[in-house]
Amino acid sequence: MSTYIIRRLFHSVIIILIVSLIVFLLLRALPGDPIMMLIAQNTNMEWTPEMIEALRDSKGLNDSLPVQYFRWFSMMLRGDFGVSIMHNYNIGEQLKSKVVVSMMLGICSFAVSIIVGPLLGIISAIRRGKFIDNVVTIFANIGITAPQFWIAILLIFLFSMRLQLLPIYGYTLPWVNLGLCIRQSILPVFVTALGPIASTARQTRSSVLEVLGEDYVRTAWAKGMNERKVLMKHVLKNSLMPIVTLQGTMLRQIVGGSVVVERVFVIPGMGKFMVDAMQGRDYTVVQSVTVVMTLVVVISYLIVDLLYGWVDPRIQYD
Amino acid sequence: MDRLLTVTGLSTEFRTERGIVKAVNNISYTVNESEIVGLVGESGCGKSVSQLSVMQLIPNPPGRIVAGSVDFDGTDLLQYKRESNEMCAIRGRYISMIFQEPMTSLNPALTICRQMTEVMIEHLGTEYKEAREKSIDMLDQVGIPDAAKRIDDYPHQFSGGMRQRVMVAMAMLCNPKMIIADEATTALDATIQAQLLELLYGMVDKYKTALVMVTHNLGVVARYVNRINVMYAGSIVESGTVNEIWANPMHPYTEGLLSCVPRLGEKLVPIKGMPPSLVNRPDTCPFAARCRYRQKQCFEQPVSELTLVEGTHYSACAVKLEGKV
Ligand SMILES: Nc1ncnc2c1ncn2[C@@H]1O[C@H](COP(=O)(O)OP(=O)(O)O)[C@@H](O)[C@H]1O
Ligand SMILES: [Mg+2]
Repeated sequence: MSTYIIRRLFHSVIIILIVSLIVFLLLRALPGDPIMMLIAQNTNMEWTPEMIEALRDSKGLNDSLPVQYFRWFSMMLRGDFGVSIMHNYNIGEQLKSKVVVSMMLGICSFAVSIIVGPLLGIISAIRRGKFIDNVVTIFANIGITAPQFWIAILLIFLFSMRLQLLPIYGYTLPWVNLGLCIRQSILPVFVTALGPIASTARQTRSSVLEVLGEDYVRTAWAKGMNERKVLMKHVLKNSLMPIVTLQGTMLRQIVGGSVVVERVFVIPGMGKFMVDAMQGRDYTVVQSVTVVMTLVVVISYLIVDLLYGWVDPRIQYD
Repeated sequence: MDRLLTVTGLSTEFRTERGIVKAVNNISYTVNESEIVGLVGESGCGKSVSQLSVMQLIPNPPGRIVAGSVDFDGTDLLQYKRESNEMCAIRGRYISMIFQEPMTSLNPALTICRQMTEVMIEHLGTEYKEAREKSIDMLDQVGIPDAAKRIDDYPHQFSGGMRQRVMVAMAMLCNPKMIIADEATTALDATIQAQLLELLYGMVDKYKTALVMVTHNLGVVARYVNRINVMYAGSIVESGTVNEIWANPMHPYTEGLLSCVPRLGEKLVPIKGMPPSLVNRPDTCPFAARCRYRQKQCFEQPVSELTLVEGTHYSACAVKLEGKV
C-alpha cells in the first residue's frame, strides 16, 4: 500500500515534469511574445531596439531555452513562482488567493456532482421507462451536449437579468460574506457541475441496471431481503464502483470548465487568471498556473484511486 | 410424513420479442417434510424457472406466473406479491435457495460475515455478535477451515467449492424447512462436486430439512433422493421413487437420461437432438421428434397427462403406457 503511494507520487512528479516542459515549449512556439505585448501597452514611450533588447535581457528571455527552463523550475521547487513579465507582480502571492477561489468553486461543484449525479442515475434506473426516467435522460443529454458558456449566458439572462434573483457576476469568499458567497456561487457551480452530473447520472443508471441483473442480487432477494435492503446493501455499492473511477475524469472536466465559467461570471480564480495571462503571453504566469492545476488534478487522481480500492475490495495495490 | 409443499398446475411464461416462452407448463408436484426430491432434466427444460416461481423470484417483466398455486405449509405463496413483506419473510427463513453459479452468487463487495449475519438479523432479529458467532459455527459445520478468520474475507478470496459451502451455510442459518439447490454442484470439478453433495445431504439430514435437488444429471440424485420428478420442455413427464424409475423408466426421455449416467463397463449414450424451442409450443408431445418409440399419434394427439403406472409412479407417455412397445 505505502509502496503503491510512493510509486504513484513518483509518477506524479514525472507527469508534472512533462507537463511543465510541454507548456514551456508550446508557449514559446506560439506567435507573439510578452515583450512585444508589453511594448504595445506602453505606447507613450519611444522604444529603441536597444531598449527592447535590454528589457528582454532583464526578463531573462535572451538566455537559451534549457537555461530558462531550469531556472524557472528550480525556482518553483523552492516555492518561488517568479514575477509576472507583464505586470511585475509576484506570481506566488497572486496565485494563493486565486487557488483558494477556484478550489472553493471546484470543491462545491465536485460535491454537487458526486451527490446529484448518482442520485439521479439511481432514481432513473429504479423507475426505468417511467416519467422521471425520461426527464433525467433529457436533462442528461442537455448537460452533456450543451456548451457551458451558452448555458451560463442563458442562466445569467434568466435568473440575474430577467428575474433579478441572483448576482450577475463576481465572487466573494464565504468568510467575508457567506450569504453573498452562496448567491454568487449558485450559477457558476451549477454550470460547472452540469456536465459531470449528466455523465455520472447516465453512467450510474446503466451501472445500476446492470447490477440489478446480477446473480448476487437474486441471492439477496432469495435471502429474504426487502427491496430497500437489496438496493441499499447489495446494489448501491456495486453499482457505484465504476462511478468512482469516473470521478477522475469529472475532476478534469471541472478544472477545465473553470476556465470558461470563471471568465463568464468574472470570478477571480485560476481559470480567469490563466486566460488573462495567456492573452498577454505572460509566459511565467501561464507556466506556473498550469503546473499548479496539474498538481491539483494529479493529487485528486491519487485520492480517487485510493478511494476506488476502498470501495472495491478486489483491487489490490502492489 | 407431513406435506410441506404442494405445487399445483404451475405455469410461468416469458414475453419475449420472439413470442411467448412457456418455460413452465402446468406442473404439479409435492415435497414432504425432510424429504429429498430430485428434479431432473436437460438444461433449458424450465427447472430453474419452476423453482424461481415457487420462490417468486421470476424477473417481471418479462416473466409472469400465469396459473397455479404453491401451497407451502398451508399458505398459498402466489397470493403474495413478489416484493411483499410476506414473501420476504418466507424467503431465506423457511425456504432457502442455493444457486448454480458459485463465482457470481455472492456479493463481491461485502465480506462473508456481512452477507451471512444479515440473514439472521433480518429474520430472527439476532444481535450482530450472536449472528456472527452462529455464522462462524455454521461455516465450521460446512467444513470451512479456520472459519473464525475466514468469515471476514471477501468472496473472491474463496475457491468455487468453498463458496458453494458458504452458500450452503448461509442457506442453513435460519434452519429453514426446505432448501432448493438449483444445480448447486454442476459448475464444480467431479471430486469437489461429490464432497459438496455429501455435505449437502449430511446437513439436511442433520437438521431434518426438506431438499429439492435440481440437476441435469440423474447420477447426482440417485443415491440420496426419495423421489424424482423428470422435467422436459416445461412439463413433468415422469415422477416416482428412485427404485420405480430406475428399474422401470416409463418415459422414453427418462430412459434417455438414464443412459446418460456413466456406469462401469457401459457405453454412454447421449440423447440425440436438442430440446424443442419453448416459443409458441404446440400441445403435442414435445419429445416426439427425438423419441425412439414415437408413433403417428404422438404428432397428432395432445400429449397425455401424467398417468398412474403403479404405486407412486406416474408417466406422461401414452405409447409406453398402452404397452405398445
Ligand atoms: N429471463 C428470461 N427471459 C426469457 N426467457 C427465459 C428467461 N429465463 C428463462 N427463460 C427461458 O425459460 C426456459 C427454461 O429455462 P430454465 O428454467 O433456466 O432451464 P433449466 O432447466 O436449465 O434450469 C428456457 O428456454 C429459457 O430460454
Ligand atoms: Mg437452470
